[in-house]
Amino acid sequence: MYSKDGENYFIVDSHVHFWDGSPANQSNRYGKGFIECFYDYHRNLSPSEWVWTLEKFGKYSEETMIHDLFETGYVDKAIFQPTYLSDFYVNGFNTTEDDGAVAERNPGKFIVNGAFDPRDGEAGLDGLEELAARWNLKGVKLYTAEWKGDSKGWKLSDPWAYRYLEKCEALGIKNVHVHKGPTIYPLNRDAFDVADVDDAASAFPNLNFIVEHVGLPRLEDFCWIATQEPNVYGGLAVAMPFIHTRPRYFAQIIGELLYWLDENRITFASDYAIWSPKWLVEAFVDFQIPEDMQSEYGVLTPDIKRKILGLNAAKLYDIEVPESARVAEAPVDSGEAIGSAPEVFA
Amino acid sequence: MTATFQETLAMRAWKALDTVVDPELDQSITELGFVAALSVTPIESGGHEVHVLLRLPTYFCAPNFAYLMVADAHDAVLAVHGVKTARVELADHFASEEINAGVAAEEGFGSAFPRQGVGTDRHALEELRLTFRRKAHLACLERTCRQLVRAGWQIDALADTTIGEVPDSPERESLLRRRAELGISNGPEAPLFVESTGERVSAEQLPAKLRFAKAVRISIEGNSGLCRGLLDTRLERMAEEAQG
Repeated sequence: MYSKDGENYFIVDSHVHFWDGSPANQSNRYGKGFIECFYDYHRNLSPSEWVWTLEKFGKYSEETMIHDLFETGYVDKAIFQPTYLSDFYVNGFNTTEDDGAVAERNPGKFIVNGAFDPRDGEAGLDGLEELAARWNLKGVKLYTAEWKGDSKGWKLSDPWAYRYLEKCEALGIKNVHVHKGPTIYPLNRDAFDVADVDDAASAFPNLNFIVEHVGLPRLEDFCWIATQEPNVYGGLAVAMPFIHTRPRYFAQIIGELLYWLDENRITFASDYAIWSPKWLVEAFVDFQIPEDMQSEYGVLTPDIKRKILGLNAAKLYDIEVPESARVAEAPVDSGEAIGSAPEVFA
Repeated sequence: MTATFQETLAMRAWKALDTVVDPELDQSITELGFVAALSVTPIESGGHEVHVLLRLPTYFCAPNFAYLMVADAHDAVLAVHGVKTARVELADHFASEEINAGVAAEEGFGSAFPRQGVGTDRHALEELRLTFRRKAHLACLERTCRQLVRAGWQIDALADTTIGEVPDSPERESLLRRRAELGISNGPEAPLFVESTGERVSAEQLPAKLRFAKAVRISIEGNSGLCRGLLDTRLERMAEEAQG
């Protein structure tokens, strides 16, 4: 919980990792390149006092993570999103099992999400069922751009993906986090394309589709589908740190999201350990849309910030929120399409 | 002091690279700092070889975009008068080898990745390029309209505005270039606010279209800033590593 100026903010960090990108775990040059790429994001967009050494960044301890998230980072609940990368790392980069072990040692603090790959066919469906039973999955994290054998990636609209999504519904996995950001394997197809999320979201109205990194670098395509699909959400991992380096751009991202979606479908995330929640939370609570942009984007009220920082994700994952940090329930309609009278220019 | 032929050739090759754009960012690779080095060497049998070294912001920058830039740089340099051979090399990228070899052999992106069984698909890359030309057009159109509105034009009037009525500005120049790439007429009577197909947008649809164009423009500008920052950080880290 974070409190400032008499306002309480319940914090759900919707996207955290416990990874091992250290040289000892790297299988090949791709593993080395991958962690270095993450590190450049970390170093480029963090305040200097938050920049780690590459060695610490490659592999940090459980104590460090608990400290950064819960002891100093104001986080009430953190959601683990796995990133397997089995071809790059001997023991995987960040598996459901790695996350689950940390979660079990720190009861009540984490939610463990799993993953699936529809190209695993029938066997994968059984695997998903086991994973769901073992970790009580409420969500999965998916990478559609991954190459596998001869496959150049897959789409959420593929017939096999539908079978997996049906399985998710049956297993009570209702939150589908889709990575549509920077690619991690060679591909000839446009892996950032979010059109398949549109199809799947229409076909599975009971599932929630959280597009990670709000579709960056294709913010506009994400906004376009999210405005039409009430069960599509935007995850702010990677977008958050711009609040420090490029606050005006950050204001534009938030402003566009509020315009095309609304305040109920945006979720805060640090993408720990790329960034740390402490400074992000503090900066976001202090943040306001610059005055010259307010006529087109409006202002961020404490209630809007409360929803983004925790309440929206708490709803998706049925997390109990203390009374002191709730917002008055007003009738909201997330299904509403774009503003009927768009203000085109300030 | 007069520059040697080799020096002027190098300058012309740089200039040629100005025309090569990162499709996603809609900005020249020279402006973005992606050209790490350029050198000219005489060839024994006559003429010169130009060698270009490209470095992108991350090790995992999308290989399809990388391929387009390397191939375009190759073509641009080779078209410079006096250049006999062009060797464009992508450095420090996870698919450097495949892309460099593919471009050198002019095989196409698919053939550069035979192990992954992509097949030859020049077509897919051209589709990708077209998608981004359309986005670039939309962003340029928004910048031009934004400027007009700031100067007092009514949004309602934009649907009837012709290219000839738009005052000269760098924004207008950029827009005309994007239109030309898409084969849209730039005649003075041609309508300003058109789809990427050249089809006129009605006054009724215009505000919504313009609002989306704004999102496209913000997205492209934002990505460009991120990529520049990442490249700076990467070069800094690599320099530190080299120093030990």
